Amino acid sequence: MTFELVLFYLFGAILLGGALAMISVRNPVHAALFLVLCFVSAAALWLLAEAEFLGIVLVLVYVGAVMVLFLFVVMMLDINLAKLREGFTEYLPVGIVVALAMATVLVLVITRYITMEVPERAGPEYANTEALGAILYTEYVYPFEIAAVILLVAIIAAISLTMRKRPDNKSIDPGKQMAVSREGRVRMVAMPSEKKKAPRRGAQGSGANAPDGDDDPK
Amino acid sequence: MITLEHYLVLAALLFSISVAGIFLNRKNVIVLLMCIELMMLAVNINFIAFSFFLQDLAGQVFVFFILTVAAAEAAIGLAILVLLFRNRGTINVQDMDAMKG
Repeated sequence: MTFELVLFYLFGAILLGGALAMISVRNPVHAALFLVLCFVSAAALWLLAEAEFLGIVLVLVYVGAVMVLFLFVVMMLDINLAKLREGFTEYLPVGIVVALAMATVLVLVITRYITMEVPERAGPEYANTEALGAILYTEYVYPFEIAAVILLVAIIAAISLTMRKRPDNKSIDPGKQMAVSREGRVRMVAMPSEKKKAPRRGAQGSGANAPDGDDDPK
Repeated sequence: MITLEHYLVLAALLFSISVAGIFLNRKNVIVLLMCIELMMLAVNINFIAFSFFLQDLAGQVFVFFILTVAAAEAAIGLAILVLLFRNRGTINVQDMDAMKG
């Protein structure tokens, strides 16, 4: 058993164990953390298959961004865990049966019919990132651009879905500011001009001698 | 020596586990989304393995695009989930029966 195989079995066992723990734990936060464990061990397996760039991308993008988003949403939502766990034992037998049947069929097909000779390991001068970039920006440049547009659509969709108007929000709306007309703000009232009134006699008892009476409310 | 069968069997087992996870956690949308991520990881392991054993980088390019689309899908899915929780107050799959399905 070579050292590579030992590493493969180690990370494969961590991967499968993390996956089993993820589907069976009670708390979604723990499930997200077990999924992080799965992704990290899968990244190690990808490194063993000479896919260094994608292994690092898996850790950076998935563990660093997507799983943090998952954790953020899980912690933000105030969910009733007990209610969501109802029916777990009820569906346990059928889940196990389906999974076992599927795994049996897949493993039988793979071990019987699919075999391929192991290629030589690339030398130290081989750079996976460089080779991937060389075909990504030439042969696959059109799908690459489409992927960029898909990410842009995802950004806009996620923001526009979750953005909401808060009633206590004091931010200004430039569109409304631009639409303001003079008639909406200023109203000219036609009224006769008033003369300065003489101080009233009745106001002397309560207030001090006011100079003129135009500040009393009517 | 790691053979192709090693990778494929591992990915098949991972895929089966995530199918079982979808059966077991069929009320919790968040864990359902996580199981779908796990399924895509299994598929990506297959792509990487074939890319290595065929010595063809096209498989890795595909994994790159799958990761991109999966990240977009996770972002939009979680946004819909937040919106659903804000409007309905629950993420239980069985409460989502507004269309009487």
